[in-house]
Amino acid sequence: MKRYLRTLRLFWSTSIGAEMEYRTNFLMASLASLGMLSGSLFGLSLFYQHGYTMGAWRWPEVLVVMGLYTTMDGLQTTFLAPNRQRITEYVREGTLDFVLLKPMDSQFIVSIRDLSVWGIPNIVLGLSLVLYAGSVELKLGWSNYLNALLPMGLGVFILYSIGFMLGTLTIWFVKLWNVTIAMQSLLEAGRYPVNAYSPGFRMFFIYVVPVVFLTTVPAEAMLDRMTTGWLLTSVILAAGLFVTARIFWLIALRSYTSASS
Amino acid sequence: MNSFLRKIRTFLSVYYSLMTTYRAEIFLWAIATSLPLIMMGVWIEAGASGRFPMNEAELTRYFIAVFIVRQFSIVWVIHDFEYHVVTGRLSPLLLQPINPAWRFIAPHLSEQLARLPFVVCLVALLLWLYPQALSAQDGSEERWALVFNRIVLSGVMIYCAFALRFLMQYTLAMLAFWMERVTACDRLLMIPYLFLSGLIAPLEMFPENIRILATYTPFPYLVWFPASLLAGGDIQILKPLVVITAWLLVFQLIARTVWRRGLYKYSAMGT
Repeated sequence: MKRYLRTLRLFWSTSIGAEMEYRTNFLMASLASLGMLSGSLFGLSLFYQHGYTMGAWRWPEVLVVMGLYTTMDGLQTTFLAPNRQRITEYVREGTLDFVLLKPMDSQFIVSIRDLSVWGIPNIVLGLSLVLYAGSVELKLGWSNYLNALLPMGLGVFILYSIGFMLGTLTIWFVKLWNVTIAMQSLLEAGRYPVNAYSPGFRMFFIYVVPVVFLTTVPAEAMLDRMTTGWLLTSVILAAGLFVTARIFWLIALRSYTSASS
Repeated sequence: MNSFLRKIRTFLSVYYSLMTTYRAEIFLWAIATSLPLIMMGVWIEAGASGRFPMNEAELTRYFIAVFIVRQFSIVWVIHDFEYHVVTGRLSPLLLQPINPAWRFIAPHLSEQLARLPFVVCLVALLLWLYPQALSAQDGSEERWALVFNRIVLSGVMIYCAFALRFLMQYTLAMLAFWMERVTACDRLLMIPYLFLSGLIAPLEMFPENIRILATYTPFPYLVWFPASLLAGGDIQILKPLVVITAWLLVFQLIARTVWRRGLYKYSAMGT
């Protein structure tokens, strides 16, 4: 366990070091995040023009959802996306061999190797929006924020597991650069609370692609509106997907044929 | 003339085969462009409340049209171009007796062709799920896009949108001659594109002053204008045509100048 933690620290400090070479890029990314968020808020305000409320979510409440979405997006860009991208590279160039030879769990290395600082502006902006909407507009207390932590964590696990399974597919299909973009647009649906969608879409985002657990459920937990049933489903789903992703990876490794030589 | 046609055919068929090597990826691309469908889900629900200037059926139609327009105007030339400049792969292309720009346009067109089956299936599925998108509304005779003229005109406008977006991104991409990472600039350009083009909401939903302002920028003509034409919305045609032509000319001019200047700067790294 200690060995894993030490490796993790080494992995992350090297990737941050590498990214620091492009400091202007980071500035650009921050600007882009700020622009994106203001655009999103503009888009959201269009719905609240004529006295319409999205599925009974008041304006400050829907801001919480938007803030959580932005945070999730940032977490995905920082921790999940760079590694997903890497899997494709490993398989295409045959460097997965080196990973498999290391005396450590291959899934661990593959999923945690890289860290990208590009998502940090989104995490900061998202959390600020949540804090603004929560503390200034809705007068939420500390317990509210704590309540949201568990569902948020489960959301990250769900996102990771789905993305990892898609990334694993590269072992068979070789070139899947855009897994990341596909995942991004999946999360995109979490910009709005699930009951803002028309009934057909709602069913889809609850039963087919579990977007509801990424932002709506955590937001409801924060607003003290979540029932235990939802939390339980979240836990079961996250655990189930995680185990499935694990098994899927092990099966995929059996079909891996190195690329070079 | 003959050799010109042959060139087109060779380019398209070469890049078409290249695109179909990785079919799974194309499927993911089709999913990756699902933003209009997500927005459709939210706007249908909002439109059903009857508080907005457009109703449920009109919004469904609009967003299906946006989905189609998007499928034919996806542009990624900036990534390709940056890669070619940074690695020096542009050099061999410069030796050929044809402007390298065609080398970058051809894969886009071939990719659209490769994606076409998915698009047809998805649109058919959507129309099956939302039959109200096709039905006549409030007693009027016109059925959606069944008017031949409208389809032809929308087709032309979709390709104008593609041309404009390509030119905009290509101009930006050529900055790669001066600086190394231009994709970051593209992220900034994406912001007005996302929010002013009509991708997230039809321009009719915008507050009056923002809408008027937007119609003078190139962005609404990349999505909103062709999509509204296709969806059969009641819009003026003359003014948008003038604005889009003006922007096409402007970007064509800039692109030419930047290309000439940039070539002097090109240091042909690597091979």
